[in-house]
Amino acid sequence: MKFIDEYRDSATIRSLLAQIGSEAESGRTYRLMEFCGGHTHAFYRYGLLPLLPLNVEMVHGPGCPVCVLPISRIDAAVALAAKEGVIFCSYGDMLRVPGSDGKSLLKAKAEGADVRMIYSPLDAVRLAVENPEAEVIFFAVGFETTAPATALALKQAAAQQIKNFFIFCNHVLTPPAMRAILDYEDGEQACSIDGIIGPGHVSAIIGSSAYRFVADEHHIPLVISGFEPVDLLTAVLMLVRQINAGQAVIENRYRRAVKDEGSPQAIRLMDELFELRGSFEWRGFGMLADSAQKLSAGYAAFDAELKFDVSYEDAVDHKACRCAEVLRGQIQPEACSVFAKLCTPENPLGACMVSSEGACAAAYSYGGGRS
Amino acid sequence: MRRKLDMEHGFVDLSFGAGGVASAQLTREIFAPEFSNPILDRMEDGAVIDMPAGRLVVSTDSHVISPIFFPGGDIGSLAIHGSVNDVSMMGAEPMHMSVGFIIEEGVPFSTLKRIAVSMGRAAREAGVSIVAADTKVVKKGEADQVYITSTCFGVVADDVAIGADRARQGDRVLISGQVGDHGAAVLACREELSMKSDLQSDSQSVSDLVAAMLASGVDIHCMRDPTRGGVATSLNELATTSAVGIEINEAAIPVNEGVRAVSELLGLDPLYFACEGRLIAICAAEDADTLLACMQHHPKGEAAAIIGEVTGNGDIPLILRSAFGGSRVVSVLTGDQMPRIC
Amino acid sequence: MCLAIPARITAVHDNHMATIDLAGVEREVSIELVDAGVGDYVIVHVGIAIATLDEEEAKKTLAMFDELAELQSENQSEGPA
Repeated sequence: MKFIDEYRDSATIRSLLAQIGSEAESGRTYRLMEFCGGHTHAFYRYGLLPLLPLNVEMVHGPGCPVCVLPISRIDAAVALAAKEGVIFCSYGDMLRVPGSDGKSLLKAKAEGADVRMIYSPLDAVRLAVENPEAEVIFFAVGFETTAPATALALKQAAAQQIKNFFIFCNHVLTPPAMRAILDYEDGEQACSIDGIIGPGHVSAIIGSSAYRFVADEHHIPLVISGFEPVDLLTAVLMLVRQINAGQAVIENRYRRAVKDEGSPQAIRLMDELFELRGSFEWRGFGMLADSAQKLSAGYAAFDAELKFDVSYEDAVDHKACRCAEVLRGQIQPEACSVFAKLCTPENPLGACMVSSEGACAAAYSYGGGRS
Repeated sequence: MRRKLDMEHGFVDLSFGAGGVASAQLTREIFAPEFSNPILDRMEDGAVIDMPAGRLVVSTDSHVISPIFFPGGDIGSLAIHGSVNDVSMMGAEPMHMSVGFIIEEGVPFSTLKRIAVSMGRAAREAGVSIVAADTKVVKKGEADQVYITSTCFGVVADDVAIGADRARQGDRVLISGQVGDHGAAVLACREELSMKSDLQSDSQSVSDLVAAMLASGVDIHCMRDPTRGGVATSLNELATTSAVGIEINEAAIPVNEGVRAVSELLGLDPLYFACEGRLIAICAAEDADTLLACMQHHPKGEAAAIIGEVTGNGDIPLILRSAFGGSRVVSVLTGDQMPRIC
Repeated sequence: MCLAIPARITAVHDNHMATIDLAGVEREVSIELVDAGVGDYVIVHVGIAIATLDEEEAKKTLAMFDELAELQSENQSEGPA
């Protein structure tokens, strides 16, 4: 398949690995964070981690929008789904995430809630049209890659004057999360990152300049990467080079999909339909200012949080769950004492083990997951 | 005397499940003519079968697939193929089948007839007789159109010893054809995913392929049809039961490009897609080429390939090696594969 | 993050919708956020095209790998200094 197979070419991969091996200086460690959960998944799926030199370590970032949602919002989603007359639409990823007492959307479905898995927010709009007597709620989750799709669906619903379509908006933003990781660095439990692999498709939307603060304020290099093994290894190589040269520059190595200015159309659309929340709770980071989106005032009629009586009970993670530390890159999944023992994809204690972009799920499914 | 069923416009109502004249009519007019064989035609309460020499092998499956008609098959043919194949995996010759239908009130007779025709055809092709059948009708909403439970009876010769515990270090792992066709085809036609494709299920009986493989004289250690959970789950099961490890090579696994496309679009793995007309075989290394040639010679094994080998490392049941030397664990499927976003 | 895949547009419809094809599997996606037409490749995520693939850039990237491979084989054939 074009634009996929070329970036999985064995010879190129071996070539890049050899180059990384020769340029990574012995006696020096390179702690690189791949911010994006999709990148984490790809590293594990292609078995790249054991092939990197021992002194190049990948630290997994919090770029998993399913994983960073706090339990209170999962509980709110489950409560919405259970309401009489509601059709609750969600991406497949969210269905097994455990809320309080392990209650998930899938369990709610088994208990009679009308929960539907959809592939696109446009499908939820269609469901609203096809089921005029029901109230269709779309569980909008995702970083900036996914938010434009929600915005398009919302725009469509508004244009068609659909009265029974609502969005439970949980879109979060990448730069604030990256800041939170790097600021955590400066505190006591620093995780000392030397370089960052920047998200691929988020960057296609927000562009490369959004990360300038990483280089300017923290003097850490960032290389934007695609998702194929060749892309990831290129990014690793470029980071090693920058680190060796003492450089800190934002590099775009996914030029076939990412323009430096991002997607002005998508940004404009989101500006029109969404507005910033003052603050939002993130698993692993607590409350972060200006880090999430909600529907803008003009679209209040579609906001599920306004239409339904959504309350947020303070809820805590399972006491053995260390998702927060995994999300901050402070521990690897295997360091969590319940990893692969009490906490497995069949019985997840936290979201990191159930989202397929979660670091724990990737580690468990693809390797290193045996106790 | 009851009027004949209106096949064109009629549909099942609750009276057909009551066990009386009406239910007998369902069997008599819809199913029996398509299944016809000397034993069934006697319409006794129980089928009397002359037992041939050898050991009896039995397998049962329940089928709840949705949609009930899909590209390349339907719930009926799937039921026949599934149970026939399970029996074949023991090296047995499938002979007779028993089927039970749970039918939702409101299902058109024409739908049932279509399924019956398909089952009759599948049974004849597989060389099995459906000797017992039963129907029950439930209220609307208590079943999703039709559920089928099928049981297949076969006979295995005394000198055949195929079992999940017989994989040994050094053995080779073979697959009879492309992986994941059925799962991908069914997913691609699921309405909520809005995809269009020419993908067809691989649903077919492989008992004739098995017969050819047995006739080759190769001592087959293990066989499994990778249905629910796909090749990944079946290989995990075999490795665990035999207390060995299996390593497969990504480059060697035959996958249809369209199946790859569905898996890429949905973020899923073809190794977990169900196959309904394929088999995995494990044999000693020195026999692998012979067995492969035998399989490739058969129309249902043309795309057969050696995909890996059995290692002594029982710690990790299944490992996949990529062409560039990367490797990863392939675990058993957790729950239902659900498309990722992210 | 985010599962998104490059696929080719084979038809454009009204309402900013298009048919994409990936090895014979087709899906309808929204192309409202991209400037793309029949024959272009787009990155598709949850039913929306979020970017058009820049084939020139793709070629440049792949050319870089060819150079890298050449450089490595030269280094190898030269042997230790």
